[in-house]
Amino acid sequence: MASWGEASQSRLIGKRIARLSGKDKVTGKAKYTYDINRPGLLYARILRSEVAHANVLDIDMSRAEELPGVKAVLPIIEVGKKLRYQGQEIAAVAAETDDIAKDALRLIFVDLEELPFVVTKEDAMAEGAPQIRDWVGNKSNPGTDERGEVDKGFNEAAVTVEATYHTPVQTHVCLETHGHVAEWTDEQNLTVWASTQGVFGVRDDLAGRFGLPANQVRVITEHMGGGFGSKFGPGVEGHTAAQLAKITGQPVKLMLTRKAEHLVAGNRPSMTQHVKAGASRDGRLIAYDMKGYGTGGISSGAGFQAPYVYSVANRRTERFNVTINAGNQRAMRAPGHPQGAFAMDSLMDELAEKLGMNPLEFRRINDSNEIRQAQYTLGAQEIGWHRRNTIPGSGTGVKKRGMGVGSGLWGGGGGRGTQARVTINADGSVEAVTGTQDIGTGIRTAIAIIVAEEFGLTPTDIDVKVGDSGPGLRSGGSGGSQTTASVAPVIKTAAEAAIQKLFEHVAPLLQAPVDDLRVGNGTIYVASDRTKTVTWNQATGLLGMESISEGGNWDPELREKDVAGTQFAEVEVDTETGNVQVLKIVAVQDCGLAINRLTTESQINGGVIMGLGQTLLEERIMDPQTGRMLNANLEDYKVPGTFEIPEIKSIVFDTHRKVTGVGEPPCIPTLGAIANAVYNAIGVRIRELPITPDKVLTALAEKKA
Amino acid sequence: MSEKEKKQSKNISRRSFIKGVGTGTVAATVAPAILVGNEKTAEAQTDGAVDSAKIQLNINEQVYEVDVEARTTLLSVLRDGIDTAGDNVDLTGAKLICDRGECGGCTVLVDGKPVYACMMLAMDAQGQQITTVEGIADGNNLHPVQEAFIKHDALMCGFCTPGFIVSSVALLNENNKPTIAEIKEGLSGNTCRCGTYPFIFDAVETASQKM
Ligand code: FES
Ligand code: FES
Repeated sequence: MASWGEASQSRLIGKRIARLSGKDKVTGKAKYTYDINRPGLLYARILRSEVAHANVLDIDMSRAEELPGVKAVLPIIEVGKKLRYQGQEIAAVAAETDDIAKDALRLIFVDLEELPFVVTKEDAMAEGAPQIRDWVGNKSNPGTDERGEVDKGFNEAAVTVEATYHTPVQTHVCLETHGHVAEWTDEQNLTVWASTQGVFGVRDDLAGRFGLPANQVRVITEHMGGGFGSKFGPGVEGHTAAQLAKITGQPVKLMLTRKAEHLVAGNRPSMTQHVKAGASRDGRLIAYDMKGYGTGGISSGAGFQAPYVYSVANRRTERFNVTINAGNQRAMRAPGHPQGAFAMDSLMDELAEKLGMNPLEFRRINDSNEIRQAQYTLGAQEIGWHRRNTIPGSGTGVKKRGMGVGSGLWGGGGGRGTQARVTINADGSVEAVTGTQDIGTGIRTAIAIIVAEEFGLTPTDIDVKVGDSGPGLRSGGSGGSQTTASVAPVIKTAAEAAIQKLFEHVAPLLQAPVDDLRVGNGTIYVASDRTKTVTWNQATGLLGMESISEGGNWDPELREKDVAGTQFAEVEVDTETGNVQVLKIVAVQDCGLAINRLTTESQINGGVIMGLGQTLLEERIMDPQTGRMLNANLEDYKVPGTFEIPEIKSIVFDTHRKVTGVGEPPCIPTLGAIANAVYNAIGVRIRELPITPDKVLTALAEKKA
Repeated sequence: MSEKEKKQSKNISRRSFIKGVGTGTVAATVAPAILVGNEKTAEAQTDGAVDSAKIQLNINEQVYEVDVEARTTLLSVLRDGIDTAGDNVDLTGAKLICDRGECGGCTVLVDGKPVYACMMLAMDAQGQQITTVEGIADGNNLHPVQEAFIKHDALMCGFCTPGFIVSSVALLNENNKPTIAEIKEGLSGNTCRCGTYPFIFDAVETASQKM
């Protein structure tokens, strides 16, 4: 049976290893799509709608076309069609400089007939609201689910809680905006540098769009500045870049502006839940009834998890999607989970309080996940759970402290569909090639670690080539925390096959059977007689004019899925300013076998910080008067900065030796943990995110009144 | 639209265009911003009236001669500039992320002080020593800040990293033994979406011990 072996036998796997791309990234040498500079490069920009809903009566690009330096103009929307949200694409230009492209956009004249719009889900559902899609209403049909005996559950409940929880729309805020550099090497061959989470997805999409065989489109993503779920296909901007490059016969760079990034490049849908739940006297959650809805903008897809994580046999849910005139949702780091977790973890604490029970105890009773049960103990110890206020809000002084807990669960088990090749050359050099991409998670380094472990080398000895569809070794998009669990088993089996081949060359020289050979530190030796040894280069020298090149296969024995996590937060709330400062987060994260403990900790930190942003800071604000987003920049849309960062204790909870993904899970439990800690500090519950100072002060004032 | 109509709409004056918008019951322009800029930009451009000038910039101890317009930022020279010999400046370490002085992704040193290159006009950078992230290492020897960033994994996607490296160097040049509060203050002008902050703080602390 395939296995990763014992921890004690690993030289590299599970250790803290600096990422291979580190040097390029700290010196500015790393080239992102945004940095690609090609001979004859043109700069493209897109003119976007500033109104939320309108008929396009006319687009006149003739003056833009005449502007010196403009090489091409391209209408995107057809006259007679409807614009349905701010930011929607109208037309594009390509010019010799970015400034000229900017000027050219101002010379495009567009006549629009404005139409009534709705940009909040409440407005969209109001009586007499304009219907913004001709073929279907603003509010979808409800999706319902009922299990057990809900009414009976409520009848038996000793306590019930009824509450409404809200989370707003959050945007991804990738620091490298979505974008591409497209270059036609001839009429039939297209090369695209793409800021993407899926080079093969982009390749296949563009090939289909331009009627090319897939192998005649090459997509390259050497480095990538953040995606968080929003960067899978080429999108309108990718199609536009390739089309402009085709028209002009020159390479074209088209990166979204920061504003467009907020408007059209995806977001996490909002959520509103009206929920009623009941628990028995002995602390069992026995009834749950939820009506909820959310908006993902002009599209559907505003789903969320409810109930979440904790078991409740008798439950009824009804949920629907609301369409508004705003940019589409896209997958965002654990889609549906953080918002579901915020509501559920808040609800759990409200029930526990009514029962007069410690919220952690209440969770233990209702959580069937064994890993999380162990994590509760560990996390509570680490944060000092006994120090929490037994009576919420009972602290004295202006600044009050409190503690809370939250939970999460994510799939992350990977799957088939990765091809890889590990090559040993006669000069001793080693290459590992696969079509995945390193979006900042460190998969490049993880691949090197796995191969180096198998070969007795160091990770820097391995030349890892990812982020290029050119070699034709396919791998899936980096989403769903699937990358490591999809790629690692294939790399491992490829490396195993390759070293076996090398052993076959070495065996005659060492006069030992192949299965008695082992790798040492840059050597190959005979297990039963350790005096018989050759260096790595002596061994590979035996290959002469050949090289060894092996593929691998995905072995489900090497991975695990269903990743559990728990977080504890300690906060300090300033009751005069309303400011919430998170002091500490303890994140106990199931990680399976962490190939690289250092980059795994980075991922946990990153998840916690994104969860913190969602809890305290982030919100897309739409203006119901103008239909526009009011904070489509990085000043008014606030993401966490240095001052918001608490002490984060990332606990890599590795109870088994199978790989799994950890990119998304750590952003889930943070919301409930912080929200519950705020309640524990001040004794008033804030059920709407983000928990901003105004909400804290209002809540405190209402409590007093 | 017919050719004639196209011509007409092309020659439409700003005033009549606005009037057109006003009289049409529901016609609207795409954006006030677009409308406002229209005529002026158009005339400036079509008259060839955009002024450009040849300037010299001292970047990473090398002199570059570039043609710039009044509006050209230092950042755009670094990233997209072409010197008068026809070579790309190609210093793409500094990134444009927010385009308005909010994120620090474009931070460079100007006479040793950290500056947002997206907010500085190229013309204003004349006569000063500009150091970009590419000029922080001493040849192949990395700066202690760079070493420490790698060691502590103070980077994930790495897009914000050049800005953080430059800001950290500037911070330590001012104060070589900063407290954690001073590190947070010193780097508060930089944003990282991947959430590398805790390890950045560790890295700056480690680097400070070596300086
Ligand atoms: S791009 Fe200059 S500060 Fe953000
Ligand atoms: S490392 Fe990705 S934004 Fe900072």
